[in-house]
Amino acid sequence: MSQISKQGLSRRALLSRAAAAGALAVAGAGFIAAPDAAWAVEVSNVSEHEMATLLQMARDIYPHDKVGDRFYAIAVKSYDSEEQKQAVAEGIAALDAAAKEAGFEDYLSTGWEADRVAILRRIEDTPFFQTVRGGLVTGLYNQKEVWPIFGYQGESYSEGGYINRGFDDIDWL
Amino acid sequence: MAEAAKFELGDDSVVVIVGTGAGGGVLANELAQKGVKVVALEAGGRYLPEDYVNDEWESFGQLAWTDPRTTSGDWRVAKDFSGLPAWIVKAVGGTSIHWAGASLRFQDHEWRARTTYGEVEGASLLDWPLDAAEMAPWYDKAEAKLGVTGVGGRPRLPGNNNYLVFEKGAKALGYQEVHTGNMAINSVEYDDRMSCQQTGFCFQGCKWGAKWSSAYTDIPRGEATGNLEVRDHAHVARILHDDSGKVTGVEYFDKDGNLQMQKARIVCVAGNSFESPRLLLNSASSMFPDGLANSSGQVGRNYMRHTTGSVYATFERPVRMWRGTTMAGIIRDEAKHDPSRGFVGGYELETLALGLPFMAAFLDPGAWGREFTTALDSYENMAGMWIVGEDMPQADNRVTLSDAEDSFGLKVANVNFSDHPNDVAMRNHAYKQGVAIYDAVGATRTLPTPPYPSTHNLGTNRMSEKPEDGVVDRNGRAHDVANLFVSDGSQFTTGAAENPTLTIVALAIRQADHIAKEMAAGNI
Repeated sequence: MSQISKQGLSRRALLSRAAAAGALAVAGAGFIAAPDAAWAVEVSNVSEHEMATLLQMARDIYPHDKVGDRFYAIAVKSYDSEEQKQAVAEGIAALDAAAKEAGFEDYLSTGWEADRVAILRRIEDTPFFQTVRGGLVTGLYNQKEVWPIFGYQGESYSEGGYINRGFDDIDWL
Repeated sequence: MAEAAKFELGDDSVVVIVGTGAGGGVLANELAQKGVKVVALEAGGRYLPEDYVNDEWESFGQLAWTDPRTTSGDWRVAKDFSGLPAWIVKAVGGTSIHWAGASLRFQDHEWRARTTYGEVEGASLLDWPLDAAEMAPWYDKAEAKLGVTGVGGRPRLPGNNNYLVFEKGAKALGYQEVHTGNMAINSVEYDDRMSCQQTGFCFQGCKWGAKWSSAYTDIPRGEATGNLEVRDHAHVARILHDDSGKVTGVEYFDKDGNLQMQKARIVCVAGNSFESPRLLLNSASSMFPDGLANSSGQVGRNYMRHTTGSVYATFERPVRMWRGTTMAGIIRDEAKHDPSRGFVGGYELETLALGLPFMAAFLDPGAWGREFTTALDSYENMAGMWIVGEDMPQADNRVTLSDAEDSFGLKVANVNFSDHPNDVAMRNHAYKQGVAIYDAVGATRTLPTPPYPSTHNLGTNRMSEKPEDGVVDRNGRAHDVANLFVSDGSQFTTGAAENPTLTIVALAIRQADHIAKEMAAGNI
């Protein structure tokens, strides 16, 4: 079972244990975490490299610059499972191989989004890519905590609808 | 108030209705009000306004028909949503829980599509065996039942933000017939239902009961007569008949998965346009080897889904389209038949909003990367409209039995659909007009969006004057079987440009009148 948690890991502790894992997340023994330790995902079935790559891949598939990494981490953490680990290992290996073919060390260490997107285009018809992309449609956009970033207000019945809360308040027409 | 009735399985005096939506639910109540004993069998469960949820995916899980179906043909739904050709409901009340409430009468000429449009290559157009004059009094009754706004002295709904953007663009283009629609959503309290609170989530079931649904109107009122028994979680497997070719009852799986047999004097099929033909095809026998009521070979054919699509647009400043009634806004100017546009028939433009989760799923299924995500980044500044136009019936757009089976071991429906060139021409015209409407209000980006899984499913047991052209006659009675009726949108001969529910309800009220009279006369 993986978990996302705001662990009490100090930034120094994280960084001192970290392996290089690209710009996004820091990988330690059994977890990946934000460089500032704001969040962490424990991994027990897939490798730290695989989870960090999944997280970067999620960002590159549905990039929203105002949406923090922790939401993407939540969206992919379920891949850390006994049932998924083989598919993840094969999928990330294929992604890293595609990155090598494109002249990079691996996917995570490819610095520019445009280069990573070009690598993803090489594998976008694979079942692995389509599974990850399809899962994100609900895994990312159905997180209620993400909705306010887009301005979406969600449930309204309990507040009496919008009849007195601006259903017709547009002021720029 | 009488107790809801309870009828014996062996009671062969009852009318059995399969399905409880806008067709079956209304028919059940109308018959019960006339003293006819009815058993309504509903595959889904029972949910009422207090059960509905203001959450798109959670509601989908609660209400949608997600039993397996398969797809084929060149429509994009077959690729993007191969197991989900329709977004319809499996519950007491059927898709009348989910519908948006748009309640429009057919235009006069739409009852005579073949005559009006002439021969259209590749289309199996046919005139209805009914016309506008004959339907007018039934539409009156349907509008009164549903409390349709803008008719019968009932005021229209106020316009929400999404409507105000739409209206301004429409007027800039010179459109004349632009308003908040004829909606089965109360603008003022009516028929013991309260008025709209502009909550949004019309598609997820109206928690106020302001929108009409058979789930909390016709069904409980029918039950209150003591003449209607609704059995939920009752999945009908096949319709049975005797040696004379009359139907005698139905077999169904009950809530525990046990096969039951309910006898019947009359069977009415109202399971929506996939399940109704599927049931007839699954009821094949040595006497009816190609399926029940299918001597014409027309069962399952001429599937129509309306020519649909959406146009979303982003603006510099917020719209917040999700606030308020989901579909209270219409432009009717393009609904006319004007072949100079390059196609026959017409289309309506109606406001539409999706929440963020469904926008992500339906804006451009399969798309990824910044072209897609930057559109969603402007979700708060987005307005939206839906295209609903008449599509051409085609013989090979059809429901057949798939090799796949459901959890009961019954063959599931395969839905084959490909656009007719007329459909494509109409959709492209509508996209262009939709884009122009939003450009006129200063859109920064417009997004012509492909059709969603179908909510308007029509025509697979079509009504025809001649038995060789269709499945049922002008009363919805099977040409081949004297005591078998079809009572849902599958009996539509053509689809017209209008949202179908009002016509389904009007036909159901009319059919109830016919059945009750025929029973009283001893003819069935």
